[in-house]
Amino acid sequence: MLGRRKHVNRTIAAQPSSARLLEVSDLHTRFKTEKGMVKAVNGVSFTLDRGKTLGVVGESGSGKSVLSRTVMGLLPRRNVEREGSVQFEGREIEHLSPTAMREFWGTEMAMIFQDPMTSLNPVVKIGRQITESLRYHLDMPRDQSDATALTLMKSVGIPEPERRLNEYPHQMSGGMRQRIVIAVALACGPKLLFADEPTTALDVTVQSQILNLLAQQQRERDMAMVLVTHDLGVVAGRADDIAVMYAGQVVETAPTRTLFAQMRMPYTEGLLKSIPKLEQPSHSRLEIIGGRPPDMINPPLGCKFSPRCPYVQERCRAEQPPLIEAETPGHYFRCWFPVGTDAGREALERNLAAHVPQAEAAVSGDSVLAARIETALDVPAGASAETVPVER
Amino acid sequence: MPEPSLSPETGLFGKGVAVEDGVVEAGGQTLVFDVAPVEGDVRVEKAATKKLGLFGWLAIAWMTNVLIWAIFAPVLPIPSPTKHFLLDTNEGPSLSHLMGTDGTGQDLLARVIWGARASLVVAVSAVLFGLIFGGFFGLIAGYYRGKLDTVLVNIFNVFLAIPQLVLALALVAVFASDPAVSVGKREFWLIISIGLVSIPIIGRITRASTLAWGQREFVLASRSMGAKNGRIMRRDVLPNVLPAMFSIALLGIAVVIVLEGGLSILGVGVPPSTPSWGNLIATGRNELTKIIGASPQVIIAPSIAIFLTVLSLNYLGDVVRARFDVREAAI
Repeated sequence: MLGRRKHVNRTIAAQPSSARLLEVSDLHTRFKTEKGMVKAVNGVSFTLDRGKTLGVVGESGSGKSVLSRTVMGLLPRRNVEREGSVQFEGREIEHLSPTAMREFWGTEMAMIFQDPMTSLNPVVKIGRQITESLRYHLDMPRDQSDATALTLMKSVGIPEPERRLNEYPHQMSGGMRQRIVIAVALACGPKLLFADEPTTALDVTVQSQILNLLAQQQRERDMAMVLVTHDLGVVAGRADDIAVMYAGQVVETAPTRTLFAQMRMPYTEGLLKSIPKLEQPSHSRLEIIGGRPPDMINPPLGCKFSPRCPYVQERCRAEQPPLIEAETPGHYFRCWFPVGTDAGREALERNLAAHVPQAEAAVSGDSVLAARIETALDVPAGASAETVPVER
Repeated sequence: MPEPSLSPETGLFGKGVAVEDGVVEAGGQTLVFDVAPVEGDVRVEKAATKKLGLFGWLAIAWMTNVLIWAIFAPVLPIPSPTKHFLLDTNEGPSLSHLMGTDGTGQDLLARVIWGARASLVVAVSAVLFGLIFGGFFGLIAGYYRGKLDTVLVNIFNVFLAIPQLVLALALVAVFASDPAVSVGKREFWLIISIGLVSIPIIGRITRASTLAWGQREFVLASRSMGAKNGRIMRRDVLPNVLPAMFSIALLGIAVVIVLEGGLSILGVGVPPSTPSWGNLIATGRNELTKIIGASPQVIIAPSIAIFLTVLSLNYLGDVVRARFDVREAAI
């Protein structure tokens, strides 16, 4: 049977043949819809080393969830076009069928979903949800899998695991359920964990607990993680590298420190500015990026962010910027007039002089003005990449 | 009990006040507080949502009764359903014959009790047949969707277009029309024909429910853990779909009991040698048109049994459905 593994300690015994675990190059994902092709992921490349964390950041519909599901091969085959290369431990897996991918699912790579309220089966006991993959993939006898489940539940911080084993998901709180979801995902010791907005459905205090738990588990297991989120604050202290996504493309990627110290992409700047700050007086309006994400069926011709960008120039609207390497190695961005350079400053000044609304809104921090900005290309309902179909 | 003093100097829980388990000792007085109302409230609430109500219990009681009749008919202290009490023909209810007798002196209570057997066997088997095949195809259609779904749904629709009475008549006429045919064979073809008709009904319900559950995130989560489609269907989808199937099955049993009665009147039901509620009414139907000397108990006895059973099953089906909705809302 595919997917069966006889060696439980495989993860520990795995020979570190190379540090590179995952290499994604020029990945495209397109959904066929009645209105046209939705270009959800548009030429994304990144690499991930063993034990490292990549933070994928972007707003709703930027293609970050689709990216992680494409890499893992979880998208339906019907009405989906994929292109590009995904190499896992040097092995090309992009073209593999779901049957062949099953060999990787659970044991090599696993995924944590956004909402713990819906990602656990409501009618199956917690214990069985954890032990199921152990028994299935690792052929563990019942007593051994039960013991492993208890250890797992303890390690993800569930009090009284013996009692919880026989409970149903509805008897637990959201944070508790997300811990269970993590335990399920970690059960077979995957080398790569996709965390698809793991804390969006949780409140802030629980959020940091869950993120700390993930970081701790990652350290202990030397597991690589792709942390997908819309919150730069979530990845700030936890990711080794950050990739900022917009309209299905990586618009800026850098080691975390570099990104925060010398961001070049106006979109990254906008994201960072829109995090509410504690020192702000109460009732101050939150800063936003004006406009809406572009139509993914007919994206803007030039830079995808140009309709909303405070630095926008003629060249941006006409010509798509390539991924340019910055002075720091490993730092790439897509911008003709990068933030923090003379070209960028001049562009912003020109826009302010010409009373370009995006620029004025961004400089004054006036979110009322920003909210009024009409982007020429609004997203028609249903064309966003956020609607990910689940099919087989 | 004296009111606890709330002087500003000490306060209720000021110095020297010991609080333990709702007992406060202050200034030589012992005050007892009710500290555990919360738990009690929770229990009350649970009990309220789990209540079946009087009608629910009556329905369960009646169905239990019918089941006991069906299973233990041979050992119950009743006369044989085919024994003719020639001195007591066409009698109304009396102490010796609680539901009266028919024109040939057969005890109606005994016949109704034995009738429960045939009626339930046909109804339960037919619905089970529909549940197995309809459930299977509905699950497949709702889970895989796409072309397979289109094909299966269209087959369901074609089956739905066949009038059930005509199909049952045709099948029984072809395979078991001989009046001397064994009761088992006749029942078998009845079950097959009614079961066939129930496949699309149960199949569509299952498919609709599967469509909803099959796209939930935990199904994708299960897939991302490497579970195969068959396993996901069996372990993740089916348990969630079962309440809907069970609810429609209960209603289905009620419908089939009535349908068997209809088929008996057309002469293709369970053969009259074995009493069923349907053929009891069918054989006694002449009593309905008699003006003088009618013995209505011949019709009334089995009719009451059918009426109460169908009512109970409908009610219980609704209870299951209501519970299922509540549970889904709570998730």
